[in-house]
Amino acid sequence: MSADVRAMKTPAEQALSSAFAATRCKLPGKGAVVALRDDAFRRFDASGLPHRRIEEWKYTDLRALMREAKPLAEPVGSKGVVPALSGVEASRIAIVNGRYEPGWSNIDDPGIVLSELFAFAGEETDYRLGNAPGKDDIAVSLNTAFMTGGVALRIKKGARVSKPIQLAHIFSGAAAATYPRCIVVVEKGAQLTLIESFDGPSGADYQVNSVLELVIGEGAQVDHVKVGSDGDAALRISTLGVTVDAKANYRDFAFTTGGAVVRNQTFVRFVREGTEASISGATLIKGRQHVDNTLVIEHAAGGCTSRERFRSVLDGESHSIFQGKIIVEPHAQKTDAKMASHALLLSDEAEADNKPELEIFADDVQCGHGATAGALDSSLKFYLMSRGIPEKQAEALLIQAFVGEAIEEVANEGIRESLMQAAINWLNTRG
Amino acid sequence: MSFLEVKNLHVEVEDKKILNGLTLSAEKGQVAAIMGPNGSGKSTLAYVLAGKDNYKVTEGEVLLNGENILEMSPDERAAKGVFLAFQYPVEVPGVATMTFLRTALNAQRKTRGEAEVSTPEFMKLVRDTANHLGISQEMLRRAVNVGFSGGEKKRNEILQMAVLQPNLAVLDETDSGLDIDALKIVADGVNRLRSPERSMVVITHYQRLLNYIVPDVVHVLANGRVVKSGGKELALELEAKGYAQFQGEAA
Repeated sequence: MSADVRAMKTPAEQALSSAFAATRCKLPGKGAVVALRDDAFRRFDASGLPHRRIEEWKYTDLRALMREAKPLAEPVGSKGVVPALSGVEASRIAIVNGRYEPGWSNIDDPGIVLSELFAFAGEETDYRLGNAPGKDDIAVSLNTAFMTGGVALRIKKGARVSKPIQLAHIFSGAAAATYPRCIVVVEKGAQLTLIESFDGPSGADYQVNSVLELVIGEGAQVDHVKVGSDGDAALRISTLGVTVDAKANYRDFAFTTGGAVVRNQTFVRFVREGTEASISGATLIKGRQHVDNTLVIEHAAGGCTSRERFRSVLDGESHSIFQGKIIVEPHAQKTDAKMASHALLLSDEAEADNKPELEIFADDVQCGHGATAGALDSSLKFYLMSRGIPEKQAEALLIQAFVGEAIEEVANEGIRESLMQAAINWLNTRG
Repeated sequence: MSFLEVKNLHVEVEDKKILNGLTLSAEKGQVAAIMGPNGSGKSTLAYVLAGKDNYKVTEGEVLLNGENILEMSPDERAAKGVFLAFQYPVEVPGVATMTFLRTALNAQRKTRGEAEVSTPEFMKLVRDTANHLGISQEMLRRAVNVGFSGGEKKRNEILQMAVLQPNLAVLDETDSGLDIDALKIVADGVNRLRSPERSMVVITHYQRLLNYIVPDVVHVLANGRVVKSGGKELALELEAKGYAQFQGEAA
């Protein structure tokens, strides 16, 4: 059977195979990195692009959505592109067309060690690239095979990084593919707010396949905010693989307004007890946008609390997907995990799919999930209008309140206000 | 001509006829009480005046200051001075009470071509009224009606009315679900808003509320129309005799 499937390679899959054969020797990294690439490509080649019969990719059929594989992007510099959240005070690291741009980056905190990705991979460190949760995912394999560059950040033990750090992924130039890979290791007791942003021009059908490996040490406090404001024709798959040690505090927020096809994949593994995590997000889309937020939360140690809260607002013929899987391993007693996803449909043609999954192998746990999808509540709208608020303004206020309840999860005030403003701007363009 | 004139109003809700030729008028500077048994059409009248959809007017008209308001959207009516104090105020999660009040007031002013209210002026207005109604600063910071008790929600309706200063205030069973202390606070809030420039229509099931908000006229509603009108003593008569006499008459 598999031989038959391989015989039917799509043009995109064929292009990826030829591209790998042609660029394998030219891609950066030595020794172990080359072996890692080869192994990853073999795994990708064996399965091909994920499609709807692969449960994890059921709603985002890449075989159908990715008609062609673009050539690898050339380095272009970062001229003229402004990343999201540029109003927020932050230290920025530019990753332009999948490569670290040191000239544009500003990191001056003594608590941070910044290295270029392949320089880091060549060093003797106790962190090995490519072992984060989610490493067996097909999109991650593709990133590993082609990874073009990125950075590794180490936040030193006990360091309190005062300003947020922004990994600003910027696409520029003619439509092409980028495969940025970053590593962030937050050591014991350290504190970090990390922004990951994705921007690029509208009208260009560029492709981004990014991976961030995040390691959160014992007692560390990490806020990660991912902002997707890609151009309207972009296809982006962003994977986050997180390992969380004991008694840490981890908050994650994914905010998506841009892109034609976007998939945010988040794989989290709690490896020691006593951690509290909040993983949430807000998506505002219209037209024919397709945004998929997929989570796999593994409680591999007991006594951890996780909260997953996602909200999406859909207009036009847009499509949002929330897939949340919570796995509680047999010895992970006293796990407390709750998941909720809510979709607000502003048009009859919009579609929201919610797929919560609980796989619980321990017996002393509290787990639950809830999901809703519906239109604006007409009784609320009437109440607002009866006070003199015109219909469009009443709708905007209610939509803003709906996403606002998700954005409230962001701890950093500056980022929170910027995201709220971005949501308001989105509403204003609804007309 | 009266300030509010409801003429021969026929209204259907989901193909069920609720109002059957209701005719009623209300004057500025007066409080009109509307009483009647369950199902007589009291709340329907309130919703039709405010402009709720799904209420189909098949005949008749509603004139406010000589202008037919039936074609206007709820927000346009509000800007003309119509205010409905809801029987069951809804909870609006994520919208802070202060934001809501200010947005509503400024939206009305904008529709009327007036300037936005200044922040100090607005804050003073809200704070003073909230104090009278026993509404704490903490409640004002919360989302509209979220986590409020029944009594708190009713007080919040009166607060909105005081801030928006309507010239036609319709109070739909504002007394329902209130204990006697809460009733006194609410009635006191309403009485403070009595003005020669304002007409009030107080809808109630029981005479009790009218001990505190003394009406100038009382209308009895049965089967979707006014079957009797009189002075405030009519309310006492109803309390003693019940509504059976009118229901029989109308049927």
